[in-house]
Amino acid sequence: MHNPNTAIEIKGLNKWYGDFKALTDVSLTVSDGERVVVCGPSGSGKSTLIRCVNSLENHDSGQITVNGKLLADKHSINEITSEVGMVFQNFNLFPHLSVLQNLTLGPIKARGMSRKDAEERAMAYLERVRIPEQANKKPTQLSGGQQQRVAIARSLCMEPKIMLFDEPTSALDPEMIAEVLDVIIDLAEDGMTMIVVTHEMGFAKKAADRMVFMDQGEIVETGTPAEFFEAPKSKRCQLFLKQILQH
Amino acid sequence: MRNKLFLILAILVGVSGCSAPAGTWGWYVIDPTLPNGYNNIRFLLNGFGATITVSVIAAVLSMTIGLIVALPGMSLNRWVRLPSRIYVEFVRAIPLLPMLFWVFYGLPVVLRSMGINFPIEPFWGAVITLAISDSAFTAEIYRSGIQSINKGQTEAAKTIGLSYIQSMLYVILPQAIRRILPPLANQFIYIVKMSAFASVIGMQELTRRANELVVTEYRPLEIYTLLIFEYLILVLIISFFVRWLERKMGSDERK
Repeated sequence: MHNPNTAIEIKGLNKWYGDFKALTDVSLTVSDGERVVVCGPSGSGKSTLIRCVNSLENHDSGQITVNGKLLADKHSINEITSEVGMVFQNFNLFPHLSVLQNLTLGPIKARGMSRKDAEERAMAYLERVRIPEQANKKPTQLSGGQQQRVAIARSLCMEPKIMLFDEPTSALDPEMIAEVLDVIIDLAEDGMTMIVVTHEMGFAKKAADRMVFMDQGEIVETGTPAEFFEAPKSKRCQLFLKQILQH
Repeated sequence: MRNKLFLILAILVGVSGCSAPAGTWGWYVIDPTLPNGYNNIRFLLNGFGATITVSVIAAVLSMTIGLIVALPGMSLNRWVRLPSRIYVEFVRAIPLLPMLFWVFYGLPVVLRSMGINFPIEPFWGAVITLAISDSAFTAEIYRSGIQSINKGQTEAAKTIGLSYIQSMLYVILPQAIRRILPPLANQFIYIVKMSAFASVIGMQELTRRANELVVTEYRPLEIYTLLIFEYLILVLIISFFVRWLERKMGSDERK
């Protein structure tokens, strides 16, 4: 039975890359409007997990249900990916298009929107990420932080119900991390359902409803930020937090 | 640039004319100030039309076939990939001249046996041969260009709902074309030069006309020298145009 308050339901997910097991029996349920932060050492399967949700990776076994729809055939994949936005570590903006064109490409080509409406929507989201004045520049003319904010706006232009963030600040210079996190926090406060893979523990404490700690392809521990940071249960999690919070 | 070319030509003609014993040189055959030479030059230069037309049509076809072959050639499914690989390996292995003979003399027989009475004119024989033979190379150029685009671009296109065709058309190809413009231009120059082979099946292009004139005038050195300069000028114009195109497309990226 599908609980109408469940946004994402992952059950018994397994994923192999050749001989390497990337995900082992991962189960996770995310409610509507919930903000989940996934952390863990590199290579622990965090990115693979969220990439499976919008089918950038195919899983080998297990079930993924998004907004009540089972991710299976091509039709359901299209339906699901249209409700899920994704922000990448390396922004992946289209370098040959202007910022505005980056934002309107999806709405015009995939949704059949008119150019005028798409541009209006794009400008509204550029306002939202606080860079409307950059609309006509090329992505390479912007700073890393600005590029990532454009990437977030590009996702929002498709009006997704769920946003996935794959280490959105890991490729940024330290002084630009805050401007991107502010935009994400702003979205979170508006009730957007999101899964954020990040090492920014300050952000996690502020914005997360729930923490998920992964190691070697497994979910080792989940809990509220308070439980998670004050009293981590597992050894592996304690060690990870000690390393990451030391400086 | 044009002035320099004439200078080189003039020096070559002048030096060779002066230093050689009288009677060795016969530049009169292509001297535009003489009635006969003028007619000869007109006859030779009229070959430009055919050479350019054959090359341009063959190049456009080759770039189209190349793309159609290259796209399934990058599929993750090996059975989709296989026909493309076979096409590239097979076509790439056939020398141009035998293929030209096969298309011109052999293909009509095949067509007749299928009940299609379709004589292949030298012009279309040349176009088909040049296009197919070159398409194997353009296919590989497309493949390297498309594969050089970061995988993240395809993923980002997918997450904003673009289909495979849309992401190719609006995201990947516009970026790939910029990178493969120089090798594609190389292939175009290659087609222009290889179109000279069309002379053996009787197409009235630059080389054929030169051959015919040599037979009647018996001045091979002078006539073939001019022929070489005809190709040189053609290729230099193409190079010039491609440089301009590169600057125009590349400047956007740098800005």
